[in-house]
Amino acid sequence: MREVAIIGVGMIDWGELWGKSLREIWAEAALAALDDAGIDRVDLITVGCMSPGLFVGQEHLASLLADEIGMAGVASTRVESACASGSLAFRAGFAEVAAGLSDLVLVTGVEKMTDVDGADATYALGTAADQELEGFHGITFPGLYAMMARVHMAHHGTTSRQLAAVAAKNHANGLLNPHAQYHMRVSIDDVLGSTMVADPLHLLDCSPITDGAAAVVLAPLDKAKDHVGNRTVVKVAGSGLATDTIALANREDLARLRAVELAAERAYVMAGRRPSDIHVAEVHDCFTIAEIMATEALGFFEPGEGGPAAERGLTALGDRLPINPSGGLKSKGHPVGATGVAQIAEITLQLLGKAGQRQVEGARVGLTQNMGGSGGSSTVHILEAV
Amino acid sequence: MSIGIVGYGSFIPRRRIKLEEIAKVWGADAASYKRGLQLHEKSVPGKDEDTITMAVEAGRRALVRSGGVNPSAIGAVYVGSESHPYAVKPSGTVVAEALGITPEAHVGDLEFACKAGTESMYLAYSLVKAGEVGYALGIGADTSQGAPGDALEYSTAAGAAAFIFGSDEERIVAEVVATYSWTTDTPDFWRRSQMHYPRHGSRYTGEPAYFRHITSSAAGIMERAGFKPEDFAFAVFHQPNGKFPVRVGKRLGFTTKQMEPGWLSPWLGNTYSGASPIGLTASFDVAKPGDLILITSFGSGAGSDSFIFRMTDRITAVQALAPLTRMQLDNDKIYVDYGTYAKLRGKIRMGE
Repeated sequence: MREVAIIGVGMIDWGELWGKSLREIWAEAALAALDDAGIDRVDLITVGCMSPGLFVGQEHLASLLADEIGMAGVASTRVESACASGSLAFRAGFAEVAAGLSDLVLVTGVEKMTDVDGADATYALGTAADQELEGFHGITFPGLYAMMARVHMAHHGTTSRQLAAVAAKNHANGLLNPHAQYHMRVSIDDVLGSTMVADPLHLLDCSPITDGAAAVVLAPLDKAKDHVGNRTVVKVAGSGLATDTIALANREDLARLRAVELAAERAYVMAGRRPSDIHVAEVHDCFTIAEIMATEALGFFEPGEGGPAAERGLTALGDRLPINPSGGLKSKGHPVGATGVAQIAEITLQLLGKAGQRQVEGARVGLTQNMGGSGGSSTVHILEAV
Repeated sequence: MSIGIVGYGSFIPRRRIKLEEIAKVWGADAASYKRGLQLHEKSVPGKDEDTITMAVEAGRRALVRSGGVNPSAIGAVYVGSESHPYAVKPSGTVVAEALGITPEAHVGDLEFACKAGTESMYLAYSLVKAGEVGYALGIGADTSQGAPGDALEYSTAAGAAAFIFGSDEERIVAEVVATYSWTTDTPDFWRRSQMHYPRHGSRYTGEPAYFRHITSSAAGIMERAGFKPEDFAFAVFHQPNGKFPVRVGKRLGFTTKQMEPGWLSPWLGNTYSGASPIGLTASFDVAKPGDLILITSFGSGAGSDSFIFRMTDRITAVQALAPLTRMQLDNDKIYVDYGTYAKLRGKIRMGE
């Protein structure tokens, strides 16, 4: 298996991009990544996108988007695993390069979510739940995560303040990220005083609806220097993918994210790393409870310690293990198919020392964790500066 | 020759429903709606109040303040509303007949979501300016619709404002200094024929619709007419809720003090075509001679009409001749519960 490097990163401003279509925002991010890598042709394009059919009435994205940047003819594929689609697209590109099937791969993620109203967006997202066991009975994602939060609270004594601390921290980070959707300072009391969505989750415990795209370019590590010269490059040290039951009813323990644990174990083994080796991480905080549970499943904190760690500031910029320096899904936004790729983009920038005001000093090893639905799928990637 | 408003009047129904009463029925968080929309209560039309009757009431008050304009001298009547009682058959004919304006008059109904009121004003003003008629009456009136349980239900209210335009200098109370309209095809809010309630594009109704059109129209009229926000005594903006008009006004550089008299929505709700025109009447009620007043409406679909008025010496003589808008808003209120509200708004399915 060949070693694989990330040689280009493309991010755009995320938000309610009413004036732009899916193909436009995708092309902006894709071209930015190609420019960053200094190339204009690739062997393969991968597209992570959850539900263009429901959000914009368009399927067959892989070909559509290749054509959009003048690359009709190139190999292209769309990958779907709900909100983990982006990191699956990354893993698909990584596997192609590692296996020698492709040399240059443009990995992209995109979702255009604001062309439909709130009810239709909620329905589209809800298709990531087990429709027969969950969705058709009326529950939506805030309700599913609220149940997980309640069990976590009952098992471990996790508090609403601890959940709120995650939102406050991620919004503080997002203020330092020019691409973030919501540049606003949010206090713990703001979160606790915001509208209750699904007890115990308040409005400000939830990530937003976002239009956005992100892209990175992959190449074999031994050829990376041909493109970037003698600069530091970031290599993909570990990649783990795992599944869990989609339906919460079929899980043994609602306070654990089994798919994250398994994906992390596989990524750590591949990279020869342990949780304590990680300097910075981007994790899937679709709801504040998700970040707490993810930091436990990734082995950063013992079960039940994720909440107290967040409240004590251990995951803030400048502290023990900065989590979501980009602002996370909470502040940066959550265009579901793009999120996993944007996490890779953020950690790449961090390891290259190019993260601006939100730079984690001396970060050499970073991790990303992306998750589908209520944890029915998860990927973990470990990246290293070399 | 100056053209301006010679008489104005408003009408607000006495009935009110509190936001908490609506939220209670739908299990919604009243506190967050109050905070988010800055709404406390809204007017509710009674059983015998609709767009036509409210337009007539406001029109009568405008006549009272007009310094004796003979209704039969009014050559045009326009009623702007999105709740005309009939789909086919005009509101304007009933209004014109009731006010004694018929038969020698040009009459029409207008619809442009929430800006049909200022449209009627613009047409009335333009016909007088063109010399086609001596006086013209423009009215904005609505018994706004909002689907039960929808966010709109917390704001949709009822009210009317009427303005008689003329070129008769000794009668003018507010001279038209400038007008300016700004319109695009922006589908943020709509109701197709046969639909009972309107639909809206949620947050899309904000920045690309309301804020973009109002700021463009208001900034445009000030630039063309050579005024700055500090030149105005008062400014009135379309008010779909309590929050938007203040935000858009501040963005344009106006102060709370300038907007305060015309900012009625926290206690009135959104009277659609009546919203900014009623706010204008409330500003006229407290204006002094020489005051400059800006009004910018907004109608979904979407467009904004702006007017700049300069008050004349006669304004202080007519203010007290008819019920002041703020007095109608603050006094003699009858609070209704949701059941009564549902009955009055025709939300209860009756036996055949």
